[in-house]
Amino acid sequence: MANNHLTSESKQLATWYFTFAAILFGAQLLFGLVAAIQYVMPGFLYGLLDFSIARILHINALVVWMVFAMFGSVYWLLPDETGIETVGIKIGKLIYWVFVAAIVVVVLVFLFIQVGPADDTTIWFITEGREYIEAPRWADWGIVVVALTFVANLFLTGMKGNRSGIVTVLMADMIAFAGLYLAGMFFTDNISVDQYWWWWVIHLWVEATWEVFVGAIAAYGLITMIGAHRKVVEMWLWIEVAMLFGSGILGMGHHYFWIGTPEYWWEIGALFSALEPLPLVAMFVHVLYDWGKTQGAEAEKGNTRSVIKNKPAFTWFVLNAFGNFLGAGVWGFFHTLPQVNLYTHGTQFTSAHGHLAFFGAYATILVGMMYIAVQGTNGIKVLKNTKASIWAVSMISGGVMGMTVALTIAGYVQVLVSRAQMGATWAAYFDGQSGAWFTQAMDWRLIMGTITFLGFILLAKDLLTTGKNPVHER
Amino acid sequence: MANKSVWSDNRFWQRSATWVTGFASILLIWLTLDTSAQISMGNDEDLKNGVQKRVPGPTVINYKITYEMDAKRGHEVPVIGEKEKFFGRDDYSEEEAGALLHLGKLGEQAKNCMDCHTILGNGAYYAPDLTKAWIDPAWGPEGAMQALTGKNTKEEAMAEFLQHPDQYPTHARMMPDLGITAKEAKGLVAFLKHMSSIDTNGFPRNFGKMQGAVNGK
Repeated sequence: MANNHLTSESKQLATWYFTFAAILFGAQLLFGLVAAIQYVMPGFLYGLLDFSIARILHINALVVWMVFAMFGSVYWLLPDETGIETVGIKIGKLIYWVFVAAIVVVVLVFLFIQVGPADDTTIWFITEGREYIEAPRWADWGIVVVALTFVANLFLTGMKGNRSGIVTVLMADMIAFAGLYLAGMFFTDNISVDQYWWWWVIHLWVEATWEVFVGAIAAYGLITMIGAHRKVVEMWLWIEVAMLFGSGILGMGHHYFWIGTPEYWWEIGALFSALEPLPLVAMFVHVLYDWGKTQGAEAEKGNTRSVIKNKPAFTWFVLNAFGNFLGAGVWGFFHTLPQVNLYTHGTQFTSAHGHLAFFGAYATILVGMMYIAVQGTNGIKVLKNTKASIWAVSMISGGVMGMTVALTIAGYVQVLVSRAQMGATWAAYFDGQSGAWFTQAMDWRLIMGTITFLGFILLAKDLLTTGKNPVHER
Repeated sequence: MANKSVWSDNRFWQRSATWVTGFASILLIWLTLDTSAQISMGNDEDLKNGVQKRVPGPTVINYKITYEMDAKRGHEVPVIGEKEKFFGRDDYSEEEAGALLHLGKLGEQAKNCMDCHTILGNGAYYAPDLTKAWIDPAWGPEGAMQALTGKNTKEEAMAEFLQHPDQYPTHARMMPDLGITAKEAKGLVAFLKHMSSIDTNGFPRNFGKMQGAVNGK
């Protein structure tokens, strides 16, 4: 992104974060494809890059690219919101390279060393073997240092500059986000205690702090892209924070149904997690309402021109508002009640929900932020859609939706055959896996995954080239 | 703004958000204290005195474990019954059993088990759930695995399979050789046996029965 229009170092750092995030996004999809092929052809890369390793890379690349894009989004919006350059940006830039180097080392170790003997050295230097946070302990401490620097940048800037509602929410949210990581940094022989605290990281990230982050980014996007009224947007944001944390924090109970924890979590988990979709409906309504309101105000002045200053980014933001509700809300509610979850827990149902929720709630809005960065970097007044941007968003969202439907059908077979009928044994598991509905669903998942990956290539091409395209208004 | 209504006042909503978040967090911390006490690991004394713990002590490997319908609770619960030999012994001390479990838990993480299997239902869905693997009929006297591995006990069959999974394919989807040693395999089987004794509120439901295994006998 040379010879650009950025005068802010914070925004420059944001583009670095977005670039590495996009590379990891590609890696996530690539290793996801490997794992999807292995469901269809179990011998594929057997003994070389087994399913477990492909999946570790698939889900860790997912988490890390999102964290990178989230950090990037904050570095991008800070100068706009606070009116000043980010405090301590030089250290922020230095720590970026530390972060990138650490990720590269962790990925190479996952790829080439894969597993170790059952001792502490493995936990410290190869893998911690805990889903989503497999990164070895040394990398955990690295992440803590990086996160502290990031939080310091955010806090010092927020305290010195103009602290808007959006910045205030982000400050509270990001310190919780960073602090929660500590809950996943210890070893215990007690698997129930292990999983209890493991969910403090996983759940309180993706169903609480990350969702609030999305609310803040959506608020920023509405103000920058369609000129929505700040007071209205920030009031909505506070309502969303109340609803998200009010339901999401105790909604954690839905992970405590079957891990050895007491029965009272059935009621707490069912009640609060059933409320979790409500703020997601609110966020969807909010985006469409603000859009209609701003456009309507222009229309009254006799202005028929679209108020959207960044078409591709706004497309991804609207997709986020709907995808969050559909993937996290609807697909989550499907299996959140204990009576249902007893049979769906640990099946492809969870996987279906995971795919649509991570995509709908997070991937979409973060890609939208990348388009906002492309616009700013190239000094474009109105960024328009291109053929590639439209094909990319259609193929990626269609592909993910297709995978989700396929996995839901696969999960349905598992629930009926492996769980309800045969009682969850080894034999029951494989009976469910070999049914025609299951295997065909896995074929469709692979096809839809391939479409998603091709869509990603178009997206990468568009992000790299659209800035120089003469169709945009400068 | 001229509008004085509290419902359109940002400060009112900011305060509401703070109070709601604070209240939910305090409730979560309070519940965590209660749950932590309930899921702390029991000890050998508890087992000898028949004190039921949600997560029994490591010496549970000295006992037979079954999974029975509890009429009062309306679902299956683990039943810890009479003594049972584990690799030829039923007198593991607290330290010995604890060391085995420790090795097994380290192994479970070092071999990335959760990235193919589910453990307590969490993990990946590429291979069977391991929550109650210890009492899975496949490993029992009527199941195929003892004959396949040429072993006479459940624990030896499991340990043999874990060391050479690629030699005993049960499905086109095979477990890869993860370099598990004989010692690590013993620890992993102890980990699995211990896990099957955890009270998981009836998950998984209607689990397949091993022939003759009723009421811990």
